[in-house]
Amino acid sequence: MSANPIAIGVFLVLFVLVSCLGFVATRWRKADLHSVHEWGLGGRSFGTIITWFLLGGDLYTAYTFIAVPAAMFATGAVGFFAVPYTILIYPILFLCFPRLWAVAHRHGYVTAADYVKGRFGSKTLALAIALTGIAAVVPYVALQLVGMQVVFAGLGIPSTFAGIPNLPVIIAFGVLAAYTYSSGLRGTALTAVVKDLLIYVTVLTAIVVIPAALGGYGKIFASIDPSQLLLARGSDTSLGSSFAYGSLALGSALALFLYPHSLTGILSSSSSTAIRKNAILLPAYSLALALLALLGYMAVAAGIKAMPEYAAGFGAFGNNFAIPALFLHMFPSWFVGLAFAAIAIGALVPASIMAIASGNLFTRNIYRQFIAPDCTERQEGRAAKLASLAVKVGALLFVLFFPTSAAIQLQLLGGVWICQTLPAVLISLYTRWFHPTGLLAGWAAGILSGTMMAWQLGLKSSVYPLHLFGITVPCYAAVLALVLNIMVAVLVTLVMNAISPNTTDETVAADYHA
Amino acid sequence: MIEDKPETGRKFHPVYLLLAVPFVALLWVPFYNRAEPSLWGIPFFYWYQMAWTLLGAACTWPVYRHEERRRK
Repeated sequence: MSANPIAIGVFLVLFVLVSCLGFVATRWRKADLHSVHEWGLGGRSFGTIITWFLLGGDLYTAYTFIAVPAAMFATGAVGFFAVPYTILIYPILFLCFPRLWAVAHRHGYVTAADYVKGRFGSKTLALAIALTGIAAVVPYVALQLVGMQVVFAGLGIPSTFAGIPNLPVIIAFGVLAAYTYSSGLRGTALTAVVKDLLIYVTVLTAIVVIPAALGGYGKIFASIDPSQLLLARGSDTSLGSSFAYGSLALGSALALFLYPHSLTGILSSSSSTAIRKNAILLPAYSLALALLALLGYMAVAAGIKAMPEYAAGFGAFGNNFAIPALFLHMFPSWFVGLAFAAIAIGALVPASIMAIASGNLFTRNIYRQFIAPDCTERQEGRAAKLASLAVKVGALLFVLFFPTSAAIQLQLLGGVWICQTLPAVLISLYTRWFHPTGLLAGWAAGILSGTMMAWQLGLKSSVYPLHLFGITVPCYAAVLALVLNIMVAVLVTLVMNAISPNTTDETVAADYHA
Repeated sequence: MIEDKPETGRKFHPVYLLLAVPFVALLWVPFYNRAEPSLWGIPFFYWYQMAWTLLGAACTWPVYRHEERRRK
């Protein structure tokens, strides 16, 4: 693909501006950035509006903005499950997470594993939660890089500069690593504001301009293969893809706020009211995501796939190239530059929060627990910064040396895994009945069964066809594994509470209200 | 075995049922897996779910108001 100078110019100007903002943020609400609380949680100081931008930029990632329309483009209605999924997260956010925020605020917890350690007094359970979080979030960082690669290719930036392959991605990631290291969550929060504004401008323009050019929404939907327009109906022997659709929406919704980067975003807010207000205000992003998803259909209606000028992009990135190609086809160069900058900056925000979150997990729940129990606050802060750097380098190496499909498969597994921390992190907000050994056994059963199901599906899909009483129940593997997880946790708890009850708990009921 | 003590003055209030409404509306997939009635050329399946981005927030709002009143 030939380079597009105007688009690249606009893109570079925006990208450099936003990166500078990330560095300036060290001076914003000045504090001692050497401590984990300040660097890794922004001093728990973000009000409703900054939290809105931060969580919005955090949850709706660049990869989401490319992959969801790509799924619609390739598979039709099934890809739309991202919409019910991102609606159902908010009642959960509203109900459960003010409790977690309150107890974390009271006891100075920085991670979910910190809370589990306090609630159950079990280092092992906390370690399991921390490792699950890190394993789930690293491939997610790698996917943000993939999103960036797609955009660079769309701009016609050659992937090899001066004989060094993938130099553009390496540079972009260097920028990210540098400002995350120096300003922590503050830098990310400021970047998120700009990124979200750019995304909204892009989405609103696209959903007005493109349908007008294509002859209206009626024509767009008419161009979709009728068999893909709705979900396949069930039969006497199978519940059909509508059951799979619902289970994907539910399982993903249960998992989302268990991801370390979501929790970091939540815990950095200044009050539980800011969280509850955001449960009402954040669905604006879900509407934007739904509108973006429809861009996948617009790409079908525009006949993007048959156009020879985009064949190379589709060859390299598959259906993930659909949206960049649609923008290149529909918009003038300067707007393409703006839209692509929105996506690339949109990759920096979540990638940076994810790296910070895994840095926090490593430092609080591995380094301080098992390696250097007597470390000072300053040493702890330094370990978190270095760990976040290591996560970023790891993700970069992964993208450079493994095929994209590997990152996608690991991210699919990560979703199944993170869901298995739900009993220890969420259910425990309401009851201390579970025995830590029970929760650990349930977690292990969930991780094992979930991984096996995904493996049997060749890591290509996460919808497992469960056969029950002669009926096929196609269900999201994370949900099936979670059901097994809870059953094992209950059984082992019953046994353990009879043999050796464990009542360690440094929290009291009043800690859960703020 | 330790149960959290029942929290005084925090009895269940029916307004919390509103938080369950989006789950019923969106997980009962066969209800909305249809093309008609369409709106501005958009099949029911799509505009129904898009409408729930706003309706979901509308369900949470009264619960928020309830909690704010109770804090005072």
